[in-house]
Amino acid sequence: MAKITEQDLKKVVLESGIEVKPIYGPEDVADMDYETEIGEPGAYPFTRGIHKWMYRYRPFTMRQYAGFGTPYETNERFKFLISQGQNALNVAFDLPSQMGLDSDDPRAEGEVGRVGMAVDTLKDMEVAFDGIPIDKISVSLTINAVTAIMLAMYVTVAEKQGVPPEQIRGTTQNDILKEYVGRGTWIFPVEPSLRLTGDTIEYCAQNVPRYYPVSVCGYHIRESGANPVQEIAYAYSIACAYIDHVLERGLSVDDFVARLSFNFDIFGNLWEQVAKFRAARRLWAKLIKERYGATNPKAMQMKMIAGGGGGGLTIEQPENNIVRSAYYALISTLSGTQTMALCSYDEAYTIPTEKAAILSLRTMQILVEEMGMCDTVDPLAGSYYVESLTNELERRIVAEMKRVDEEWGGIVKAIAEGHVQREVAHQAYLHEKGIQDGSIVKVGVNKYRMEEEARDVALHQYNPQAVEEQQARLAQVKAERDGAAVSQALESLRQAAAGTENVMPYVLDAARAYATLGEMTQVLKDVFGEFREPVRL
Amino acid sequence: MSKKPTRILIAKPGLDGHDRGAKVVALALRDAGFEVIYTGLHQTVEKIVEAALQEDVDVVGLSILSGAHLPLTERAIARLQEEGMGDVRVVVGGNIPARDVEPLKALGVAGVFPTGSRLEEIVDFVGQIGESVNQRRS
Repeated sequence: MAKITEQDLKKVVLESGIEVKPIYGPEDVADMDYETEIGEPGAYPFTRGIHKWMYRYRPFTMRQYAGFGTPYETNERFKFLISQGQNALNVAFDLPSQMGLDSDDPRAEGEVGRVGMAVDTLKDMEVAFDGIPIDKISVSLTINAVTAIMLAMYVTVAEKQGVPPEQIRGTTQNDILKEYVGRGTWIFPVEPSLRLTGDTIEYCAQNVPRYYPVSVCGYHIRESGANPVQEIAYAYSIACAYIDHVLERGLSVDDFVARLSFNFDIFGNLWEQVAKFRAARRLWAKLIKERYGATNPKAMQMKMIAGGGGGGLTIEQPENNIVRSAYYALISTLSGTQTMALCSYDEAYTIPTEKAAILSLRTMQILVEEMGMCDTVDPLAGSYYVESLTNELERRIVAEMKRVDEEWGGIVKAIAEGHVQREVAHQAYLHEKGIQDGSIVKVGVNKYRMEEEARDVALHQYNPQAVEEQQARLAQVKAERDGAAVSQALESLRQAAAGTENVMPYVLDAARAYATLGEMTQVLKDVFGEFREPVRL
Repeated sequence: MSKKPTRILIAKPGLDGHDRGAKVVALALRDAGFEVIYTGLHQTVEKIVEAALQEDVDVVGLSILSGAHLPLTERAIARLQEEGMGDVRVVVGGNIPARDVEPLKALGVAGVFPTGSRLEEIVDFVGQIGESVNQRRS
């Protein structure tokens, strides 16, 4: 019998285009210097993790995403979660609120309260956080285009509770540039949107120092089709755009970069994902230290929430998603994440059931409590394959970031002109073709298929009565507020937006006067205009 | 006489921002030789029908993932008829529960392709209905 050689083996190419050898050895990492390229955990360049003792001292935070229709329902749910010992809350907003439309706007029809809480005025925020100790709870607001307005309402609620801004903890997603690539809740053109993000970062750096004003999301870029290299490269290019913009205002990197965090996606090849995160951590440290000259080590530490994404889950044989999610959780743990959230196995069908949500939580708890995942820091360090792959991924991320700058004139221009969107859509198309022709295997979809009982998609039940109540509350606020004060606050906001001042103080004044989200957004639309989507197929 | 290629408008009505499926289907149809126009996100039904009229399309594909597919489709079909484009065929894709497929067809929808549909199936279907619209028009 002929001897088997490497030529007889099937070729393996990762999503990022990297060809994998069957065997790795010392020669693959021969040039690597431990001190400068890997480093101790908690030390520059943070390849092994941003903290010295990592999970041995404290396991990652487990945070599941959830949304509820009205401010009253949200308030009830928050109180329940707090009574169960949770000290971090996550707010989902409905689409009209995310798009700056009031609940009585014709364009909001059919969408009020559907995918999250409806917010029209400060009154709704007061209701949602009534009796919630804002100084003790970290609240995450999943909001982008109208972050300045929601943040202003939140800060005002704190003010009314007697909590000073410097005691407020929490985060807004506020990554508007990625909205043009994936997720799609943009309103204004790219440049003024960037300015609004800059206004919130600057405002927080000067007034709300414990707040994380931006969570830069590779997650949605990858869910839209990007490969792992593109996910990190585009997210980092976007993060650098925010940094460059804020630096122009005279702030120093050490003042605000430590308050930027990241949200990344996990599905696909285990080794590629783990190496992606190790490479991303090292590259962020280098960028912040070398390109921006930071001296504060906290600014160089890439902090992330990394969880199992919906992109890897399948509608076929949905129980397989339980197994996939467990592997995604394992990847996240091996990658040194700070916070983890897992998509539930039934998400392709329905708003996750309680059973599925608990299963996601248990998946993470089993890893922490039973599998020894917290015993030692970055256990894959020193693996010939993992270190070699980490190096190669870092090289490719750097090359893609360079391409953004050189071919497209930087990320802001690339997004405004639709280049990134086109690149990501083409990657999504290639991936879909790969699944349909079987070259990319999805178990239960294009291999090991079974006859299945038809299952129906259960959409969230829409509650018309809650919509009417929401609209009635809005009408009441409008009837009771001081109309002249609202007009004046909106006029001042218009002037600030037309100039170069930070708009936050003016948004705060308008929010305090109970100007509506829609009114404030309209003023900004009058000044900034609206984004015209460049459609490049 | 060379055959006129089928023209299809892929449209995203409403506020939902998920366009991965719409773009993938648009690229597959374009690769198959159709003339594809994509509206981009956040379109009103009025804007979509206006684009269908201007572009003189044979087929309109609505991509809806927010759950509002029944009212949006009903309005789109009514509006097409008002504008004298009753012969344009409408297909719907996205997050569509099985129980809503028949109600959509009762509104006059030619085909429904929920998440997970095969691209070749969509391409074949659009080819067939495009041809029938073309024949009726010529």
